[in-house]
Formats: sequence, structure tokens, C-alpha cells
Amino acid sequence: MQTDYRNREKRRRAAWIAFLILPPLAMMLTFVVWPLLSALSAAFYRWDGMAQGEFVGLKNFADVLFGDHFAALTWRAFRHNLFVFFALFVVQNSVGFLLAWFIYREPFGFRFHRVAIFMPVILSTVLVGFLWKLFLDPNFGLINQLLDMVGLGGWRQPWLGQETTALPALVLANAWHWVGFPALVYLAGMQRIPREILEAAKLDGCNGWQMLTRVVWPLVTPSTTITLTLLFIGAFNWFELPYIMAGLDGSPYGSTDVLGLYFYRTAFGNQTAGIQDFGHGNALAVLMFLFIAAVATVITQYLRKREIAL
Amino acid sequence: MSHAATNDPLFPRSSAGSLIAAALLIGNTVLMLYPIVIMVFSAFKTTAEIFDAPFAPPDFTYVENFVRIWGETSLPGYFVNSVVITGTSILLTLILGTMGAYGLARYSFPGNSAIFMFFLAGLMLPLKLAVIPLFLQMRDFGLLDTRLGLILIYTAMGLPSTIFIMTGFLRTLPVELEEAARIDGASEPRIMFSIMLPLSIPPMVIAAIQNAVPTWNDFFFPLVFIQTDARKTLPQGLSVFMGEYTTDWGMLFAGLTIAALPLTIVYILMSRQFIRGMTAGAVK
Repeated sequence: MQTDYRNREKRRRAAWIAFLILPPLAMMLTFVVWPLLSALSAAFYRWDGMAQGEFVGLKNFADVLFGDHFAALTWRAFRHNLFVFFALFVVQNSVGFLLAWFIYREPFGFRFHRVAIFMPVILSTVLVGFLWKLFLDPNFGLINQLLDMVGLGGWRQPWLGQETTALPALVLANAWHWVGFPALVYLAGMQRIPREILEAAKLDGCNGWQMLTRVVWPLVTPSTTITLTLLFIGAFNWFELPYIMAGLDGSPYGSTDVLGLYFYRTAFGNQTAGIQDFGHGNALAVLMFLFIAAVATVITQYLRKREIAL
Repeated sequence: MSHAATNDPLFPRSSAGSLIAAALLIGNTVLMLYPIVIMVFSAFKTTAEIFDAPFAPPDFTYVENFVRIWGETSLPGYFVNSVVITGTSILLTLILGTMGAYGLARYSFPGNSAIFMFFLAGLMLPLKLAVIPLFLQMRDFGLLDTRLGLILIYTAMGLPSTIFIMTGFLRTLPVELEEAARIDGASEPRIMFSIMLPLSIPPMVIAAIQNAVPTWNDFFFPLVFIQTDARKTLPQGLSVFMGEYTTDWGMLFAGLTIAALPLTIVYILMSRQFIRGMTAGAVK
């Protein structure tokens, strides 16, 4: 009787735990894991548009990396993504770090600035993209009008219309949108540094700049691990902002073409070439996924080792 | 935040460094807010006024742009779709995420930590790259071009962070709470609903915000999955709207303002929770 009761209790408990765990697990398996694995396997097949053909091994991968129609575009997009990553590292993460330090020092009004710097982060990329597209308009845009007003009319540019300035303009719009995120992650990292360390550094004669570069920066490595990893994933997944501001073809003349746009065009086609190519699309997606996962892991591992326990 | 700001010996407010910091922060804040202010200003102007005096504040009596958006465009419908899709997927994410997190945090069973690691790994996966198989899957399920399809995707995408946040919190609740109830004869579901969940409202708010912002703002998945105009979400509909009114800048800015309004109001009212929600996970 006693063991019977215990067994029944045990079963009821197991059923209860299963009831809790299985639904979310099933959601993840159906809508995240299964699609990711399917993308991997589908990349090994020939595709006629949306219809799966025969097994072709590594052909799709070879095509997008080295093939005639694909390779030039793939590597150009890859170079643009690299540029975006490094440019964002400077203007988004580094500026975010400096702003975090200014807020950390708690000068007059710092609470208000902390709220203001995060304000653009909650806006949608579509909205930010259109807003900046209107501001950067060559004839009527705010930016050129502003340059006129301050007497720098000679610097007027068709910012999004010329190859040299289009991608940097997109980078700046992205930095405006997101700078609050690294800033607040760095701020949280700074607030975890014990005050005694900063006080000791000051007693030892550190000036503000030395304290920032030699004490604070090494001690906020946990924040850097997060911001740098997310920046990398974001830069190589970049799609919405260039799509909204420069179009699916990465105009002008492909100067803003990034892997996200190229992947979308290959998979779902566009107005000029309306063909859907799921085979090469999946191959691109898998290569991007492996690259992002590998580099993100390396960044995380490398920075974790440099983290200093406080 | 951790120390008294006004008389901080480390960074006295009157020092040159603090004054420079204050000045640079003011400059940055202007840079952050001015574009948004211009957007709202321009929404209350005619297109001619925007070109004539782009920086001048309006008198806010010209509301024709908003009247026309309400009466002539599909933007109100997009707005309703976004509310329905975001609301439903947040609700589902919270229910499923809290269930999973509760099971993982409060019970030990074989495979517990493996399942937790599985959910954690989901934090790093860019689902965008699996969009082709997701597209075929939605087609096979008959969910292509439906709001339910988007809701399911957003729910699955929100689960890892929700489980991460909720597990972290639920683990901190003392065992004594449930043991006392168990001795009193309460069933496991009763313990969860009557004792544990009422204590878990704050982390639920954080998890809800963390998922609501990217879901409300998402452009990519509607772009791929939704074709019918009546089912489009706000960001997606906005891009259609922008295409139609390319020369009517007053309408464009009014549309942008309407799209930005809901999250902005909530953000201004509860910025602390928003910031914590959006940086949760990054800031432990």
C-alpha cells in the first residue's frame, strides 16, 4: 500500500514536470531547431525555385564561395559586413563606452541623459531608417540644410546617392539607433567595480584618462564580451536598415550590399531577377550561420579569459 | 547609483572632468532627441512648411496629416494587427516560458541542466538565417500569410530569454515556501499558482518588455510571410505607406510619429523597467 502510494505520487510528479517542460520544448524544436537543421540539410540539394531536387553534395557551397555568378557578390558583401562591424565597433561601442563613463561619473543631469540615450533603442529599424533617409535627402534633407545654416554649404552631399558615403551614412544611422545599448551595458559593468579600486587609482595619481584606459577598461571586460559578441552577430545579420535606406540591391551600385541583403535576394528574388533559389540561399545561410557561430564563440572564449574576477 | 552623487569625493561635480562630462552628455542627448523632436514637429506641418522652415516648431493646430492617416490609409489596420500579434505572442511566451522555467528551476530531474543549456543556446541563434525552411514549414502548415504564423514564430523566439530571466528569478525563491505548503497538503500546481507565481510578477514584466520591443518592431518576418495588405504589421505597413506618400513629407512624418507613439509613451512612463528589460541577460 505504502509503496503503491509512493509510486503513484512519483508518477504524478513526473507527469506534472513533463506538462511544464514539454510545451515550451516542443515550440523551440518546431520553430527554431527544426528549421535550422533543415536549412543545413537543404543546402546539399539542388533546388528549382521552391522545389527540392536531387542531392548535389557541396556544389551549392562551392557555387556561392567560388562560382561565377555568385562569388564576386558574396565576397563584396562579406567585405562590406566586415567594414560595418569595425566601423560600428568604433562609432557605436567605443562611443557607448565613453558615454557610459560620463554617466558613471554622475555629473549634473546624468539621470536624464541615461533615459535619453536609450530612447532611440526602442524605435523600430523601419522608422529609424525612414527618418534618416528623409534627413539625408540630397535636396531637402535636414543634414544638408544644417550644413548650409552653419556655413558649411560646400560640404553638401547626396549622402545616400554616392558610393563613397552611402555605407558610412548607414553606419552612422545604425550607431544613432543603438549607441544606448552598449552604453548601458558598460555602465552596469562600471557600477560593479568596487569603489576602493578607483579611489586607490586616484590616490596613486591617475588622471581621468589613465583611470579610464588602464583601470576601468580592463575591469569591464565582461561587458565587452557581451557588447562585442552581440555587435558581431548584429553586423553580420544586418538587413533591415540597408533594406529600408538603400534598397534590396544595395544601391548605389551595390556599395551597400551586405550578406543579409544578398541572402534575401538569392532566396526570395527581387524585382529585377524574380527567381527564387532556395538551394544557394540555404548554402549562404548555412555559411553565414557557421561563420557567425564560430567567430562569436572565439570572441566570447578569448574575452572570457581576459575577464578579471572582482 | 550606489553612492551619494552630490558630494562624491572621487568625481566632484565642480571638477573640470565632471563639467566636460556634463557638456558632452548634453551634446549627445541633443543628438539623440533632436531627430525625434523634428519628426514630431514635422508631423504637424504641411509639406511646404517642412521645406521652408524645417527647424521651426509648429503651433500644433494643423492636424490634417493625422486626420488623413486615420481616414484614408491602412495604417490604423496595421496598428491593430501589431497590437494583436505582439500581445498574443507575449502572452504565449510568458505562459510557456514561465511553465518551462518553473519546471527547470524548482524540480530536479534527469536532463534538467541539458534542457536548460538547450534553451540558453537559443539565445545566440539568429533565426533569420533559417527563414527558408521556416517559409516551407509555414506553407506546409497552411500558416503562410496568417497572423497565427507570425505569433508562433515570435513565441518560439521569445522563449529562450524568457526562460533565462524566469529561471534566474525562480531559483532565488526559498525552498521553505513550497515545503510549508506541501506539508499543509497543497498540490504542486496549487503551490505554483498560489505561492510562487504571485511573487514572480516583476521578472515577468522584464521578460515581457524584452520580447515586446523586438516583436513590435520586427520587419523581417512579416516581410517574408505576410502578403495580404489587411494582415500587415505596423513596421511592414509603414514601408508600404512610405512608398505611396514619398513626396508628402507631412504625411510621412505623421505616420512615423504614430508608429513611434505607443512604445515611446510607455518608455517615458517606465524607463527603468524598459532599460532593465532590454539589457536583462547582458547585465546580470
